[in-house]
Amino acid sequence: MARVKLVRIAHARSGDKGDTANVGLIALKPEYYPVLAREVTAERVKEHFAGICLGQVERFELPNLGALNFLLHESLDGGGTLSLKADAQGKTYSAALLRMEIDVPDELVPKDHLHS
Amino acid sequence: MIRIANGQGFWGDSLEAPLEQIRRGPIDYLTLDYLAEVTMSILQKQRSRDPRAGYARDFVEMIGRGAVDIVASNIKIVANAGGVNPEACREAVAKALNHRGMRIGVVAGDNILGRLDDLIARGVELKNLDTGEPLASIRPRVQSANVYFGGEAIAMALAQGAQIVITGRTTDTGLVLGPMIHEFQWKADEWDKLAAGTIAGHTVECGAQCTGGNCQVDWRNIPNMADIGYPIIEAEPDGTFVITKHDGTGGRITVESIKEQLLYEMGDPRTYITPDCIADFTSIHLEQVGPDRVRFSGIRGRPATDMYKVSISYSAGFKAIGMLMYTWPDAYAKAKAADQILRQRLDRLGLRFDAIRTEFAGVNACHGPLAGEPPRDIAEVALRVGVRSGDRAVVERFTKEIAPLALNGPPTVTGLGSGRPKVEEIVAYWPALMPKTEASPEISVEET
Repeated sequence: MARVKLVRIAHARSGDKGDTANVGLIALKPEYYPVLAREVTAERVKEHFAGICLGQVERFELPNLGALNFLLHESLDGGGTLSLKADAQGKTYSAALLRMEIDVPDELVPKDHLHS
Repeated sequence: MIRIANGQGFWGDSLEAPLEQIRRGPIDYLTLDYLAEVTMSILQKQRSRDPRAGYARDFVEMIGRGAVDIVASNIKIVANAGGVNPEACREAVAKALNHRGMRIGVVAGDNILGRLDDLIARGVELKNLDTGEPLASIRPRVQSANVYFGGEAIAMALAQGAQIVITGRTTDTGLVLGPMIHEFQWKADEWDKLAAGTIAGHTVECGAQCTGGNCQVDWRNIPNMADIGYPIIEAEPDGTFVITKHDGTGGRITVESIKEQLLYEMGDPRTYITPDCIADFTSIHLEQVGPDRVRFSGIRGRPATDMYKVSISYSAGFKAIGMLMYTWPDAYAKAKAADQILRQRLDRLGLRFDAIRTEFAGVNACHGPLAGEPPRDIAEVALRVGVRSGDRAVVERFTKEIAPLALNGPPTVTGLGSGRPKVEEIVAYWPALMPKTEASPEISVEET
């Protein structure tokens, strides 16, 4: 096992619905998806976004796309026009999730940096 | 097969993209989305000042600039540009086309602002979908109220011969699904096909965000972003489709760029609810079938619900956001000290806010605690402070305490530029549901 930042094995996009942000996390290769599904739980995402996500985190699975979708409730200071945040729509939370480090089996650790 | 192009992802998107979609290759339909969640309230205010206003003027300007090509190419255009005054929009569009004898359809009936009290009196509570509060609690502050119609209403206008369809509030996905229902004669209970058209609509509704824009995979090497192509759907009658773009345009369409957009603003992926159907995003099969070509198949849907979503906007107080930039040396320490000084002064003035928020742009404004500590020699940091209150005077007073910091606070500060920050009225969004029996689309098609 090795500690790997999500940015090396996944990409993501985030958006908003009111005060809830969504982050879609997508495996860069099909073989990474089971690792994401095992390691990136709703609980871990809630911990990761401590101080940002004040509500619950829900997780949905899209195995057909090799992807997980997270809903981060109460994360946008009221959301929409109410919010005083620079990122009132959570557009950069995708990258924020990719900062997370997870355990990846050695044989799956990527050799190259796809994002850097 | 029909080609349905998206020319605009939101009101404020590229003004050139819709014209490029018409000019750079064959398309059958051009769709344009103008209405964000609170746009209706802005348009409602414009109409209250001027009975001929209240629609997206950008659309009329686009039609004017593209008039020759639009008439020559014989394409159809579907846009939710009507806002709260689709009839006035139709007149303006007819004028912009110099009355060339085009058939222009209007889909109205979505505006329920004048009926709210009647609806509430009859027990339609229009509870906030997120909080459960009944609309009565903010009724006096409501500025606009519109039902979201779907693709079916647009298909009805096309069936009556409209070449341009102007709608009030319709779903973004309906702009694309409507032409498919019309062209392929899909029935109201062909849920898999309606779901396919809905997912096609979701994929292109943000314009270039599915063709390489805002895409994280290999972003540096996405070709010719300056001339990025907007998406085109090549739709088949069986509900399969290919997302592509015009030859020679920039950007890149891959399974990865498409996946990112599919997940954008996603809730429960099995249950994507529209007025037309419920689409299941876990049923999508994607395949790269050529350069800049991704094929969708296997999509499943379920029956629509008996409710319409309602978009209500209401006045929710005032806010202002001020910003100052501090430079090396000690940029971050200076910005933090300035924030403390500002807060002490606001306290001493006895100003009370519903919310006050400080962010340090360049350090942690976007990623908060996840960003960690910045380097000690960081070159510059922007202090960004925002306040919110129901009392305009309190917010106004705040805006007058930012500028003085340039002279009576920590050193090497700049960025005031345009002076005091502006006080903005907050128009907030209230999502609700309403039985479908309470509203129906009003279609009219006229030759002008």
